[in-house]
Amino acid sequence: MNESQPVTLFRAMKDLPSAHLLAGGTAMCAGCCGLQTLHEVYDILGAKTVFVNAAGCMTLLANYPYTPFRGSWLYTAMASAPAGAQGVRDALDLRIRKHGLPREEDLTAVVLTGDGSAYGMGLSSTSAAIERGLDFVYLCYDNEGYGNTGQQSSAATPHGARTATSGRGNPGFKKDLFAIWAAHRPVYAATAIASEPVDLARKVEKASRLKGPRLILALAPCPTGWDYDAKDTVEIGHLAVKTGIWPLREYENGRIAHTRVPHPRVPVAEYLRRQGRFRHLFEPATDEAAIAAIQAEVDAYWNAVGG
Amino acid sequence: LLTGNAAAAWGARLAHVDYVPAFPITPQTEIIETLAGWTERGEMDARLVMLESEHSMLTAAAAAAATGVRVFTATSSQGLLYAMEMVYAVPGWRAPFVLVNVSRALASPITLEPDHNDVLAARDSGFLQLHCATCQEVVDAILLAYRLAEHPRVRLPAIVNLDGFYLSFTREPVQVPDPAAVRAFLPPFDAGKLEFRAGRPVSQAVAVIGGSAYSYFRYQAHLACLEALTVYDEVAEDFARHFGRRLPAVDRYRLDDAEVAFLMIGAFSTKAREAVDALRAEGIAAGLARPRLLRPYPVEALRSALLGRRAVAVIDQNLSAGKGGVLAAELASALYGCAGAPVIASYVGGLGGREIAPEEFHAIALEAIAAGRVGRAPAPRLLYTEAELREVRKLQAIALAEPRNEGATP
Repeated sequence: MNESQPVTLFRAMKDLPSAHLLAGGTAMCAGCCGLQTLHEVYDILGAKTVFVNAAGCMTLLANYPYTPFRGSWLYTAMASAPAGAQGVRDALDLRIRKHGLPREEDLTAVVLTGDGSAYGMGLSSTSAAIERGLDFVYLCYDNEGYGNTGQQSSAATPHGARTATSGRGNPGFKKDLFAIWAAHRPVYAATAIASEPVDLARKVEKASRLKGPRLILALAPCPTGWDYDAKDTVEIGHLAVKTGIWPLREYENGRIAHTRVPHPRVPVAEYLRRQGRFRHLFEPATDEAAIAAIQAEVDAYWNAVGG
Repeated sequence: LLTGNAAAAWGARLAHVDYVPAFPITPQTEIIETLAGWTERGEMDARLVMLESEHSMLTAAAAAAATGVRVFTATSSQGLLYAMEMVYAVPGWRAPFVLVNVSRALASPITLEPDHNDVLAARDSGFLQLHCATCQEVVDAILLAYRLAEHPRVRLPAIVNLDGFYLSFTREPVQVPDPAAVRAFLPPFDAGKLEFRAGRPVSQAVAVIGGSAYSYFRYQAHLACLEALTVYDEVAEDFARHFGRRLPAVDRYRLDDAEVAFLMIGAFSTKAREAVDALRAEGIAAGLARPRLLRPYPVEALRSALLGRRAVAVIDQNLSAGKGGVLAAELASALYGCAGAPVIASYVGGLGGREIAPEEFHAIALEAIAAGRVGRAPAPRLLYTEAELREVRKLQAIALAEPRNEGATP
C-alpha cells in the first residue's frame, strides 16, 4: 500500500454505509454478485454520478418508467459505453467552462459494463478512452460469460468452464483485463470482489479521489451462469480469493500491488467443485490432470509475484 | 471560393458548436482537419476530440448532446455504416445535433467517389436528412439543420449530405453568412428537458418492455419527424429573411409548364439543370424537381411540383439491390392514385461517381416523354454505355491475363 495516501474511511465492516443508495426491486437474478457489486460501489461514489451503461445484464436496471438510480443513467450500446462517457464528461466540462453550469452540478462519469463488453466488443473504445486520459470510472462486473443471454463463452470465461457454447469446457484462457489496463498506464486500476466489501470500498474510495481513467474490475459469481445455489454467492466469492484464483490487485504509479495475499492457499478444487460449470471435472470421474493444470496456473501466478 | 468541406466547417463554426467528436475518412477528412486547426488556434471556442471509430464518435456526439451542448460531427460512407447501430439508436434519445455525411459509394468493390447508398442506409433511422447541390447550400443547410433539429416540435438529429469529390473537393464561390445574422437566426443551444446535472438526476435512453410502450416512443419520433415538414418551411422562410437565399424543401427548376421533369438529389442534379436548359433550347418542355429535404419526405411539395406533368424521369444515384432506384419507388408511393399523376420512368446512374453525360439526359427525357404520351412506364434502366463495357472488358482481360504465381505448384 502507498503510505502517502489519505486516511481511509473504511477500516472495518462497521464503517460501510448501512443503507443502499440503489433502490431494490430490480430485474436482476437472486444472488447476483454483479448487483451486489453495484450496490457497494454506488454507496461510495454517491448519486452525483452518471452511469453510462454498456449492453449486458444491467441493461434492464432502468426500465421505463422506473429507475433504481438516485443519480443519472444513460444507456448506450455494447461497444461504445466509454465513448458515451467521453461525450458526457466533455459536455459537462464545456457547460461549466462556457455556459455557467455551477461546479456543484458536476457529475462523475461511470461506465457500467459486464465482461462480455469489457473483454471483447468494448475493448477498442475502452483502450481509446484510457489513451485519451478520460476522467471516468470503469466498473466491470465480471461473471465470466455472456450472462444476460444465458452464459455463452466470452473472453473472460476461465479455461475448462462449461458454458452454453462449450459443453465440454471452455478451450480458451481468461484474458487478463487488469494487465491490459495496466499496460495503458491509467491513473488507477484494481480488481475486487463484492464478498470482500471493505477491500472493495477502499479501492472505490481511492478511485473516487483521483482523476483520469480508473478501473474497478470485480469478479461477480453468477448463480444462474455458474450453476450454484444463490445463497452460496458470498462463499464462492471468499473461495475465489482464498484459492488465489482471483488475485486482489491494485495498479498505481506504475506499480502493481496485492491487497490480499492468500496464505496458505486453499486448493482450487474447493472452488471448482462448488460450481456446476466445473462439474465435469469431478463427475463421473475426477479429472485430476485438468484440475492439476488449473492449480498449476494459479501457483505459477503467485510464485511469479512472490506470493 | 470554398470547397464543400470548407463550407461544412464554416457551417459548424458559424453555428458556434461546442463539441466536435471526430474520426477521419475520405472524402470527409478536410472538415475535421479544418475544425481542428480553428479550435487549436483558438479561433473557435469548441472542443474537438478524436474518437477511435465512427461508432464511438456518434455515441459521444449523442451523449454530449444529451448532456446539453451543441454538437457537430462528420463522416462518409463506410464510416456511416460502421456507426449504423448508433445512427438508429440516437434519434430515440431526442437529443438534436448535426452530422455531415460526405457521400461516397459503398464497398464492395471499395471505391472513393460518390453515390447515395451510404446516406440512404440511414433513411429510416429517424435522422432528418438534407441534401445539398452546391457548396453554398452546404453552409446554409447546416445552419438551417440546427434550427430545425433543435426546434421544440422536432428535437431530432439531422444529417446534412454533400457529394464526395463533386462538392467536397470542388471550389465554388460561397458567400459566408454574416456571424451577426447567424446569431439572430440561430439562438444559443437550448437543451430543453434533456441534460445531465447533479441537481436534476435523470435516466436517459432506458429500456421498455412490451410493444405498446415501444410503439408509443417510435411513433413519437416518427410524428416529430413529420412535424419537421411544417417546421422546415417556417425555418426556411426565416432563413430567407435573414440571408436572402431561399431553400425550399423541393427545389423547382422550369417546372411549371414542363411536360417531362427530372427528379434528382445532390450535386448531380446540377447536371440535370443544364440538361433542362439544353432541352428547352430544342423546344422540349423539360424541368427539374430536386428534393432538398429527404426525411421527412416532402410528399405535398412533390405532388404540387409534379402532378400534371406527363412524365417524371427519376435518376437514382443509388441502387437497392433486387429492387432498383430508391427515389423512384418513394416517388411512386407519393403520387400513386393521385389525379394527374405522371408516368414514372426509373433510371439508375452515377454510381461510384460515374458521369451522366448530356446525351444521356437527352435520351432519358425523350424516352420518358414517349412513355408519358402512351401512359405506360418504361422498364427501369441501369445507365451504362457500350464504350464503358468495352473499357471494363479491357480491364478484365488484363486481370485474367496476369500470370499465375508460377512458384506455387498445386
